[in-house]
Amino acid sequence: MPPSSSEAEAAGAVEGGPGLAPPTSAEAVVAADPISAGLLTETGTALPRGRRRLRIFRGISGFIVRRILLGVLTLFVASIIIFAATQALPGDPARAVLGRTATPESLAALREQLGLDKPVTEQYWDWLSGVLTGDLGTSLVAGQPVSELLGSRLVNSAFLMLLAALVSVPLAILIGVVSARRRDGPLDHTLSVVTLALAALPEFVVGIAFVVLLGTTVFEVLPPVSLIPPDEAPWNYPKELILPTLTLVVAVTPYISRIMRASMIEVLESDYVEMARLKGLRERKVVWGHALPNAVAPAIQVTAINLAYLAGGIVVVEFVFAYPGIGAALVDGVENRDIPVVQAVALIIAAVYVILNLIADVATILVSPRVRTALR
Amino acid sequence: MTTVAAPGPAVGLPKQHRPWVVLLLGAWHQGRTKIGLALVVLLVGCALIGPLFAPYTPTEFVGTPFEKPSADALLGTDNLGRDVLSRFLWGGRSILALAALSTLIGVGLGVAVGLVAAYARNVVDDVLMRAMDVILAFPQIVLALVAVATVGPELWLLVLVVGITTVPRVARVVRGAALDVVERDFVRAAEGIGVSRTKILFGEVLPNVTSPLVVETSLRLTFSIALIAGLSFLGFGLQPPAADWGLMINENRLGLEIQPWGVVMPVIAIGLLTIGTSLVGDGFSRASIGIERGRAE
Repeated sequence: MPPSSSEAEAAGAVEGGPGLAPPTSAEAVVAADPISAGLLTETGTALPRGRRRLRIFRGISGFIVRRILLGVLTLFVASIIIFAATQALPGDPARAVLGRTATPESLAALREQLGLDKPVTEQYWDWLSGVLTGDLGTSLVAGQPVSELLGSRLVNSAFLMLLAALVSVPLAILIGVVSARRRDGPLDHTLSVVTLALAALPEFVVGIAFVVLLGTTVFEVLPPVSLIPPDEAPWNYPKELILPTLTLVVAVTPYISRIMRASMIEVLESDYVEMARLKGLRERKVVWGHALPNAVAPAIQVTAINLAYLAGGIVVVEFVFAYPGIGAALVDGVENRDIPVVQAVALIIAAVYVILNLIADVATILVSPRVRTALR
Repeated sequence: MTTVAAPGPAVGLPKQHRPWVVLLLGAWHQGRTKIGLALVVLLVGCALIGPLFAPYTPTEFVGTPFEKPSADALLGTDNLGRDVLSRFLWGGRSILALAALSTLIGVGLGVAVGLVAAYARNVVDDVLMRAMDVILAFPQIVLALVAVATVGPELWLLVLVVGITTVPRVARVVRGAALDVVERDFVRAAEGIGVSRTKILFGEVLPNVTSPLVVETSLRLTFSIALIAGLSFLGFGLQPPAADWGLMINENRLGLEIQPWGVVMPVIAIGLLTIGTSLVGDGFSRASIGIERGRAE
């Protein structure tokens, strides 16, 4: 969706503001829907429209407070889903771990050790209070605490995501600006088709293609697997990081660059850019100094959503390159039916996802003067 | 997205085509739709009638593992010495069937949820859409993996979980588009003469949200193909000795240095298929933007 810019949408993005009568006409309802106004993310605001609010829920800080509360609530419900999915579905973790030949006694013993004999609500409560105090349970396979097992992997995954973000955001901005300036020219068309095609490719297809092209068959210049020893920092292995990072960059850059292009085109057609040109500023200065800062704001949201998407993308990419992160741990956990590990990683990924969406919403509010005014 | 209710065709103008016909024609005039369609037809054709041309059965042993291409096995052999070409020709059906089925479930339920939410516009709307938000708190693949961890790699589970995680994404788009349709006069008129709610939703509102729905469906199909192929690449889809593109990549990865064809062929096929569906989707998307513009002018 192209960045929306009409006044009605911007004002409506914050549910018509406090104290207003509930919107009645069709236009108002659409405008009051923050999602269709394109200003709030997928996991965005959940408050009913047009109701009076307590003082702490008003204004910009109020919006942030509401948004954080909503994020916490979403995560809480997400934790219930993760727990319910791994407990209530027809599968017996004890039997899955011990196999078909297990005796009834050993099954019962393991069930007790896992707390499976307790009522479900009590199990959930034990798990959640453990999570909140940093105790993620014990791996069924390794017998180690999950937090120990995931600790260094979490650092590895975070570093990989950060690296991918640091490369893809500037690259996407560059592609977006260049295509916007050469709008409808051959370069723009080429970039448009290339980004569209790359965006369509599943991560593992891109990853394997890189392995074939750069790691093994065609050119053997980079390691096809990222063997980083446990307890070693990933930044000491730059060669091993290149292919996983490139794969993630290919996965997210196309989307961000497309929204940057749309946003930049709109800004380049605006009056103040015209004004800057008429003042006799050099085109370079107009584009990078005047237009770009204004074009970035509408793109922040899409950027954050795509960076949040990285949290899911690392699962397959880490598996392709055997990169020792939480994504690979999730796949191993699923294979071994190591439920505590699966629960922990799923919750971590959901948390990253929710937090990045939250940052996106807040950042969008802070950089959009119109929305800021509407919130007052 | 325009927020202003689009005016219907004015009386006295020449007869206009139905909206979906306009959309189809508009999409067809985009070069990229044709290219995308050609890719999709090629790969779907390869998956559907490919098995007829397979020189061997997919599970037959024709040589030693990872043999290079030869006259006996045109693309060499795989990790167990089976014919790569035959397994490739057999291996597309599963991905296509599973992806199509899960997209169907996701779009069907998503349309229902979106329409009901848009038409209700009260507590029902809030509750439905908040429930959708919670599903959206996970990347699709993570929910799929959580389900597989509990139940095991069952095909019905993959279809179900990919379908269910597609629902909120479709519901959001349909609801957004339907919100202004439900306020229009013809819906009011239908209510007035006592048409049932189901008939209003599916007979009056649904036809008026076709273009965003078609665009979203092609996007979701692309994502479902990627997701199903990815899950089977991770080893949670079809189980050996089945022939399946995703599984083939996983099985033959170890022999990449010696015999790349067992990996390269399915990678190219999945890649071209997703590029194809995405190009078609982009064609529809451009066509529908054109229609919106035409209306606004």
